[in-house]
Amino acid sequence: MNRLSAAHLNDEQLMDAYYGEFDASGHLTVCDECRGRFDRLRDVLDSFREYPIPERDPGYATAVWSKLLPKLPKDRPQRWWLQWWTWTPALAALLIITFVAGRLTERNSQAHGISEKARERVLLISLSDYLEQSQIVLANVENAAPGTADLAGERDRAHELLGANRLLRQAAEHLGDYADAALLDELERVLLDVANSPAHDSAANLDQLQQRIEREGLLFRVRITSTASRERGQKL
Amino acid sequence: MLAEGRNGKKASSHRLRCHSINCPKNCGLFSDHLTYWVSKNCWMEWTDAEAAAEARLGNKHAFRVLVERHTKALFRLAFLMTGNEQDAEDLVQETFLRSYKQIHNFDGRASFGTWLHRICVNCSLNLIRARKNRKEESPAIAADPTFHWLDHVAAPTPSPERLTESSQIASMLGPALRMLSDAERTAFILRHYEECSIDEIARTLGLQTGAAKQTVFRAVQKLRTALEPAWGTKR
Repeated sequence: MNRLSAAHLNDEQLMDAYYGEFDASGHLTVCDECRGRFDRLRDVLDSFREYPIPERDPGYATAVWSKLLPKLPKDRPQRWWLQWWTWTPALAALLIITFVAGRLTERNSQAHGISEKARERVLLISLSDYLEQSQIVLANVENAAPGTADLAGERDRAHELLGANRLLRQAAEHLGDYADAALLDELERVLLDVANSPAHDSAANLDQLQQRIEREGLLFRVRITSTASRERGQKL
Repeated sequence: MLAEGRNGKKASSHRLRCHSINCPKNCGLFSDHLTYWVSKNCWMEWTDAEAAAEARLGNKHAFRVLVERHTKALFRLAFLMTGNEQDAEDLVQETFLRSYKQIHNFDGRASFGTWLHRICVNCSLNLIRARKNRKEESPAIAADPTFHWLDHVAAPTPSPERLTESSQIASMLGPALRMLSDAERTAFILRHYEECSIDEIARTLGLQTGAAKQTVFRAVQKLRTALEPAWGTKR
């Protein structure tokens, strides 16, 4: 018996040593008894590393995904009241109505409750928000894979965006901002096509729509205008 | 036409329509971080956290990245938990489906893999409990005390390989695991195969840290008792 026998390691310490959570190396080099117990424990636990797990072929992950995809919820996995399209169009419409109503009230009564700049700022920020959301719909349509795309979600969103588009266009025309009004007019026609497209559009129709968005550089122009409107609104 | 993205990668002209203000890698090749189209040049480089953040926004391609990355490890865990290939495959599907639906609950405190494995363990325990309940309801199965899911792993017919000592030990692994309670088996699998910390095991099993450690220890002790004699004869 060696001199360290009085301080033998207990089983829990040996287990911790095996899993690397306890440094027993010093003791194990000098205590044959603990070394023997540790070796037996290691043999047992190491043998479980040989437990036979069936091999999966290299395409297994792809197969899992293929089975999983149809089961995934169509829209983003969020609580419905957090989804932007449930409240943003209504908010945008409210802002625009406020703006237009303010303009009309001012014209009729010469009242000065809210400044011209503030109203313009509201419009520009609303326009920017609106264009950002339209951009998402356009991008999703443009990047949808022909033949397999499910555009039901985009169709619904385009439908919701159309109402705000008309109000914004009228407001832009009213302010004499004809470039923005023209862009909104083009956007409205594309959104109308998306909103009226079948849930599973044919590859030819989708391709036509995608080419139209691309040909007119609509996505790019929408993004540029969105950014510019926000910057202008923030400067006012 | 080819042109360069912000990180110098070459991109075809359609990719250049880059509107990606939120691309995690800022690669300049994305259309938009919310679109379902993801540049292959970039998404493979996403970390789990980045892909999970995208998946939370509804980007299914980002979720696919996570599926492709974690499927095999998840199958391994599910198989260890159930001992049955078909059950393990079903559990992999169920785990991913559940994780997608609950991804807004993933707060990033643990790694995505840990979070996913926790869901898998819970699904597995539910399955095992359901199987046990059904066994209790089924007199034919309940009357057979030797029936257990691990019997499907250790083939009952001796093969030539089994005649060797090491394979004899290998054939004892299943029955040894079978002796453990569900909690002990889960704790042991998480500790031994998944290399989880005691804290992670405690969180997964809903135990205090000390209790989780004791559960692992009990499992190890039972396995030692079952297998050490075989190692003794080998020496």
